[in-house]
Amino acid sequence: MKTVARLPSYLADIQREIEAHGRAYGLDFWEVDFEILDYKRMQEVAAFGGFPVRYPHWRFGMEFEHLSKSHIYGFSKIYEMVINNNPAYAYLLEGNSLVDQKMVIAHVLGHVDFFKNNYFFSKTDRRMIDGMANHATRVRRHMERLGIDKVESFIDSCLCLENLIDPMSPFITRHAPERTEKEKKQDETPEIPRIRAKSYMDKFINPPSYIEEQRKKIERERDKPKKHPEEPERDVLLFLLQNAPLDTWERDILEIVRDEAYYFAPQRQTKVLNEGWAAYWHSKIMTERALKASEIIDYADHNAGVLATAPGQWNPYKVGIELLRHVEERWDKGRFGREWNECQSLDERRTWDLRLGLGRRKIFEVRKLYNDVTFIDEFFTMDFCQQHKFFSFSMNERSGNYEIDSREFQKIKNKILFQLTNFGDPFILVEDANHDNRGELLLRHRHEGIDLDVEHARATLAAMGRVWRRPVNLLTVVEGKIKMLRFDGKEHTDKTL
Amino acid sequence: MALRIDPDHRRFRDIVRGKIKQDLRKYISQGELIGRKGKDVVSIPLPQINVPRFHFGSKNKGGVGQGEGDVGDSLGQGDPNQDGPGKAGDQAGEHALEVELSLDELAQIMGEELQLPRIEPKGKQRIISQKDRYVGIRRAGPESLRHFRRTFHQALRRQIMTGTYNPAAPLIVPVREDRRYRSWKTTPLPQSNAVMIFIMDVSGSMGDEQKEIVRIESFWIDTWLRSQYKGLESRYIIHDAVAKEVDRDTFFKTRESGGTMISSAYKLCAKMVEDDFPPSEWNIYPFHFSDGDNWSVDDTVQCVELLKTHILPKVNLFCYGQVESPYGSGQFIKDLNEHFDGDDNLTVSEIKGKESIMDSIRQFLGKGK
Repeated sequence: MKTVARLPSYLADIQREIEAHGRAYGLDFWEVDFEILDYKRMQEVAAFGGFPVRYPHWRFGMEFEHLSKSHIYGFSKIYEMVINNNPAYAYLLEGNSLVDQKMVIAHVLGHVDFFKNNYFFSKTDRRMIDGMANHATRVRRHMERLGIDKVESFIDSCLCLENLIDPMSPFITRHAPERTEKEKKQDETPEIPRIRAKSYMDKFINPPSYIEEQRKKIERERDKPKKHPEEPERDVLLFLLQNAPLDTWERDILEIVRDEAYYFAPQRQTKVLNEGWAAYWHSKIMTERALKASEIIDYADHNAGVLATAPGQWNPYKVGIELLRHVEERWDKGRFGREWNECQSLDERRTWDLRLGLGRRKIFEVRKLYNDVTFIDEFFTMDFCQQHKFFSFSMNERSGNYEIDSREFQKIKNKILFQLTNFGDPFILVEDANHDNRGELLLRHRHEGIDLDVEHARATLAAMGRVWRRPVNLLTVVEGKIKMLRFDGKEHTDKTL
Repeated sequence: MALRIDPDHRRFRDIVRGKIKQDLRKYISQGELIGRKGKDVVSIPLPQINVPRFHFGSKNKGGVGQGEGDVGDSLGQGDPNQDGPGKAGDQAGEHALEVELSLDELAQIMGEELQLPRIEPKGKQRIISQKDRYVGIRRAGPESLRHFRRTFHQALRRQIMTGTYNPAAPLIVPVREDRRYRSWKTTPLPQSNAVMIFIMDVSGSMGDEQKEIVRIESFWIDTWLRSQYKGLESRYIIHDAVAKEVDRDTFFKTRESGGTMISSAYKLCAKMVEDDFPPSEWNIYPFHFSDGDNWSVDDTVQCVELLKTHILPKVNLFCYGQVESPYGSGQFIKDLNEHFDGDDNLTVSEIKGKESIMDSIRQFLGKGK
């Protein structure tokens, strides 16, 4: 499918050199196939989410339009892209300066090392290049058979539901567990409790009418429809795959969308850590080994661009690299453990250095075992927060401006954690597949203080209805009131409960 | 170079076209596009082409940033949420999308929606313009057209052949025989010229609202005709009791008080055609907008006469648009209907308000003349 244009020899030499530096530092990466693209092809590949081929869909075209525009207007330039695949694929922009290419190659090595070793990537498909091409073929085949419009509009519906997965479970389950054992148990008739009595007293102590009544009660209980799902289900897409009345081709499409969502989930889950890790390594390799004296100014200029923050902006590259360096310093100097935590003297803390030199080992451990939430949760300390001038901001309703609302450590940290948890998306769970005993779907939004965007919620419900083919309901809270949003296939209604 | 993404890109453009078509009536009657017009393109805001998801509303939302500042300081303009944690990159399409569309494309969409036929220009064969294209290379020509690359190429070949080329010191000196020049070929191009003559009544009874309608409608007519003709000229006439030719800007801004003599404008129009636009070479489209109040019956008779003898025989189509006004009697359209019933070269249309602009355009241009 893909033809790999070999790097020209001067770049291949650089790649070899930088890889040797990376290995010397202990990085452990797959083979990387670099390809040089002109800016147009670069935009194309970026629009496809880094892949050379994706299934046909207009949103890639929209993305391409955005990227081309923003390139023309000079808002952005894509320097680098890398795919989590074995071997990894990465792209260099044609015409970049040599020092830029060096930096990108070093940066990419950081990412590939991360993909290979971070736990949250451990269950992703490492042949996803083939996976994506395979998805493309499947979708094309459906389109040839059923028409582009029909298939594309179903993809549209599925994409609305794309974020309804369970990102904490990288262990994607494709089939429902067997339930026969439970069902068997349900079929057994349970004992009706009797009071012990002599046989001639039995019909007085356990009167037949009472026994009959008990038996009926138990039967009623048993025949009462079981709630389905028994526990609220996070992986809404899986639930739909197993329970929605889908045609074969629809099931196939939904499966593709779910597969890809799970493939991309770890990247979204580790944005700060992964970018920080890559930035850390490109800095290290460049400044300590690979840069020539004449290249330093250009490198510094470019690097400053990558790590820049505008006021009120969150730059994952910068936060990631700074926090990693913070961790490295703490473990180098022994600033952890009980003694450190209990030390109250500012002076002592400032000069604290046990010369343990454990920093490098620690950050490699971090890259192996952490994701953004656990990374921030464990290492975002008050010291770090103050040292790097974090603040939280919110909308001032009166002025209509965003304003700094706090520099309080705990508040800031909570906010970051909240926004990273579940990708900053609301928790939506399948509550009941037989709502009102009418085969309607009931979803519940676990409200945590912030309302949904109601317009979008309605449109998303409509997409859900397209898949479920029966009315769908969403239980949520809007401006402090419990609301049931409902879409019955034709109209939207809201009910305040 | 063809890209793999081209079909997806085309698909997206089609969806955009569809959206624009859906809302065309709104775009046409609101006139907002006129304000967004660049040189050849308009940018159209398209709401809701994104994929909706369950996500948080923007209320109560905020974020975390880094930098100087005290509690209460504003973060300045712009939406800091654009790059909130976990947000970067996966929220594309949250903002309203602006799509740029060439006026030509827009005209095509309007044509499809209104089912406007393509105009059959008259006198196509007779009007010939010439076009020069650079097609080849010659050994002689003016220095300004010297083809540098080919010249050096030639010099290099010669030096290699004669053995005077030294790869260690690659010095190439072209001599006279090496020089190559671009050459062109002139091809005749059949071309049709067209002129639009916009005429507007600016007497006291034509208010701002009426003029806004004229402005919007003439923008769309202009756009359509431009998509049909290569060379299109436009001229502007305003009149109350007397008529005068003005530039485009004045046309839309002038407001006079005073009476109305439509004949004055028709006279000027006839003279304009006579002097500048021989009908054998030009496709002529006068558009007259008025609220239908004329000074006198006599003047109306004169108008009919002018149309019959001097204007209608020479033009492709004469369009009269009567914009409803609270002050006008709206008599003129009735007079025209009475005198020109069934005349193919004259079309009238009543424009009751902004909503009827589309219908009016259809009436005017639906004949494909």
